[in-house]
Amino acid sequence: MTSFHPDKVTAERLTGNKASTGPQGPPRDDGTLLEDPSVRSPLVLNNRSLHDVTEIVCGYAENPPGKWWLPLFMFTATVAGIGTLMILYLLITGVGVWGLNNQVGWAWDITNFVFWIGIGHAGTLISAILCLFKQKWRTAVNRSAEAMTIFAVICAGIFPGIHVGRVWFIWYVFPIPNSNAIWPNFRSPLLWDVFAVSTYATVSLLFWFMGMIPDFATLRDRADKRLRAGSGLSKLSVQCPITGIKFFSLPFSADGVRALVYGFLALGWRGSSRHWHRYEAAYLILAGVATPLVLSVHSIVSFDFATSVIPGWHTTIFPPYFVAGAIFGGFAMVLFLLIPAREIFPNFKDILTLRHLENMAKIILVTGMMVGFAYAMEFFIAWYGGNKFEVEVFINRATGPYWWAYWTMIFCNVVTPQVFWKRSMRTSPLAIWTVALFVTVGMWFERFVIIVSSLHRAFLPGEWHMFFPTAVDILTFVGSCGIFLTLFLLFLRFLPIFPLAEIKAVMPQGDPHGHSDDHDQSDKNNAEGGH
Amino acid sequence: MVITDLLADYAPFLFSRKAKYATEAGEPIWGVMAQFDDVVNAYHAAEKMRDAGFKHWDLHAPFPIHGIEEAMGIKRTILPFIVLGAMFTGVAVAAGMQWWITAVDYTGFTVQGKPYGAWQPFAMIIFEIGVLFSAFASLFGMLMLNGLPRWNHPLFCKDRFLDSSDDKFFVVVEARDPSFNPEQTSRFLREIGATAVELVEDA
Repeated sequence: MTSFHPDKVTAERLTGNKASTGPQGPPRDDGTLLEDPSVRSPLVLNNRSLHDVTEIVCGYAENPPGKWWLPLFMFTATVAGIGTLMILYLLITGVGVWGLNNQVGWAWDITNFVFWIGIGHAGTLISAILCLFKQKWRTAVNRSAEAMTIFAVICAGIFPGIHVGRVWFIWYVFPIPNSNAIWPNFRSPLLWDVFAVSTYATVSLLFWFMGMIPDFATLRDRADKRLRAGSGLSKLSVQCPITGIKFFSLPFSADGVRALVYGFLALGWRGSSRHWHRYEAAYLILAGVATPLVLSVHSIVSFDFATSVIPGWHTTIFPPYFVAGAIFGGFAMVLFLLIPAREIFPNFKDILTLRHLENMAKIILVTGMMVGFAYAMEFFIAWYGGNKFEVEVFINRATGPYWWAYWTMIFCNVVTPQVFWKRSMRTSPLAIWTVALFVTVGMWFERFVIIVSSLHRAFLPGEWHMFFPTAVDILTFVGSCGIFLTLFLLFLRFLPIFPLAEIKAVMPQGDPHGHSDDHDQSDKNNAEGGH
Repeated sequence: MVITDLLADYAPFLFSRKAKYATEAGEPIWGVMAQFDDVVNAYHAAEKMRDAGFKHWDLHAPFPIHGIEEAMGIKRTILPFIVLGAMFTGVAVAAGMQWWITAVDYTGFTVQGKPYGAWQPFAMIIFEIGVLFSAFASLFGMLMLNGLPRWNHPLFCKDRFLDSSDDKFFVVVEARDPSFNPEQTSRFLREIGATAVELVEDA
C-alpha cells in the first residue's frame, strides 16, 4: 500500500472530497450540465432559500397573473366552446357530419383519441418512472406534466365517447346488469381500452392530488396568516376586465376563499414527520404501480389495432412502438407548454433550469430514434414476413395518396429531433420549443398515417375509399386543443405549479446533514446565537 | 383511552380529553411546541428527543426530511401490506367478474371458437383493476393511517405554526406523553436548540 495515486486530484474530485478546478472552470450559473461529474449543477438557481421558493411558487397562485392571462384564457375558452358546439351538432345530426365513410370508419376521431392519450403519458412517466429511478430533476416538471396528463386524458376521453354514433348507448361498455341481459364482451380489446383508460385517468388524478396535498397546506397557511394579520381582508370585487371599473364587491375576501378552498383540499395536512413517512411510502407505492400502468395503457390502445387482421395494423411491434411514441409526444407537449411559461412567469427559470430542458431534449432525441427505428422495422417486417397485402400497404403509405402525411411524420418525428445531437441546440429554449412543436404535429400525423392509410385500401379494389375531413372534424379537434389549453391556463393560475415540498427536499438547505464543508461551524453558531 | 382520544379529536363538542395541566389563563394544555429554524438543528433535536424517551411527540416540517425515520425512531408503516391486500382484492374482483359474466352468466358470445372461460383475454382487465385498487388503497390507506382528513387541530391555532409549511420546523410534545411536564419539557426543548417554545392550548 502506498499513498501514491496516478491521478490523485481526479480521484478526490470523483469522491467529492475536493471541488473541481478542471478545465471547465467554476459551475455555470445557467443550470446546464457540467462536463465534470463530481460537480452537479444546482436544481434551483440563484441560491434561493426555502422561503424564497415558497414565495415564488405560491406567488403564481396568489398574485394576479399579468395582462396576458385573461385575453388568452378568453380565447382558448372560446375555442373550447366552438369544439363543444361541434360535438353538440354531431349529437343532434349524426356521424354523417364527419368525413368518415364505410371503409375509413375510424378516421379523425380515433386519431385524436390516440394523439391525446399519447400526450397524457409524459406526466405519469415523469412522476412514476423518474421517481423510481431517483431522478431528482423531475421535481421541476412533474406537477405541470401530471396536470397535462389529466387534461389530455379528458380530451382523449371525449372522442371514443362521441364516435360511437348513438352516444346514449355508451353505457353499454360498462359491465352493468341491464334489462336485455347483455354483458359487454371481455374478449374485445376495445373493452380492455375502456378499463385501461379509465384506470389511467383515475390513478393519474390520485397521483396528482396526492402530490398537491402538502402544497395546498402551504397555500392555506399563507392565506390564513394574512387573514390573521388582517392584511388580506379587502373584499373581492368584480370589475370590468377592459376598463377596470368596479361593478360590485362580494361579501368575502380573496384570502378567505383561499383559506377555505385550499384548506379543504389540504385535508388538514400539518407536515408531521410521522405523516411524511407514510406519505413517502404511499407515493413510492403509487409510483411503483403507475409505472407498469403507463406502459400498459398505450400497449392496450395499440391492441385495438394489433389484434385486428387489417394489414398495417396486425403487428407485434405495436405495443412498444406506441409506448415510445407516447413518451416522445408527451415530452414534446410538456416542453411546448412550459417553455413559454418559463419566459412569462417571473423567477420560473430559477426552478425550471436549462439543465431540465437539456435532459428533456435528450429524452426527445432517444425516444425519437426509437420511433424512427419502429418505422423502419415495420417496413422491414412487411417485406420479411412475405405477406403481399402487408407490403402493398406500406408501399402505399409512403407513395400512395397519403404520401404527404407519411413524409410529414418522418420529417417531424425522425429528422427534426436530430438537431439535439448538438449541445447548443439542447440548451436553446427556442430551438427546443420549435422541435417540440414539430414533434407534436408529427405525432398527430403518425396516428393519422396508422389509422387512415391502413384503412383506405382494403383487400379488394372495390373497397378503396379516400378520407377527407370536414370542417366539423377539424373544428372538433381544434376545440379539444382549446379545452386542453383552457384547463392548463386555469392550472397555471390557481394551483401550485411546482411541487414545493419535493423541491425543498432536494435543495441544499433541505439536507439534514448540512450542505457544505463549513456547515458544522455555522450550525454551531446558529445553535448558540439563535435568531 | 385511545377511543376516547379519537372521539375528543373528532367531536370536541361532545367529548373532551381530561387535561393534566392548564395554562395560567385556565385553558387545558394540549402540548408544547418548539420552533427550529434550520433542518440540521431540527434533525439533531429529533435525535435528542428520541434518546430522551418521549413517546407522543412529533416533528412538523415543510418537506419530508431525509432519514428522519431513524432520527425519530419511527417504525416502518404497514401501508404496503394494506396495498397488497387491496391489490389481491382487485385481482380477485376483476377475475371473478369477467369469468362469471363470460363463462357462467352469458355464454352467448362465441369469439373465434375460443373457450368461454379462457383466462388470457381477462389478463388485461385483471391487471388494470389490480392497479386501480392498489392506487386507491395507497392514497386512502395513507390518509387513514395518518388520521386525515382532520381539518381542526390545536396546533393550527398557533400563529407561529403556520410557518411549518414554509421554512420552519416544529418539535411538538403532547401533554398525554407520560414524561410530559410543561416547565421541564419546555426547558428541555430550549436546551436542545429551540429558538422559541410555546404552550399549545387544547382547542
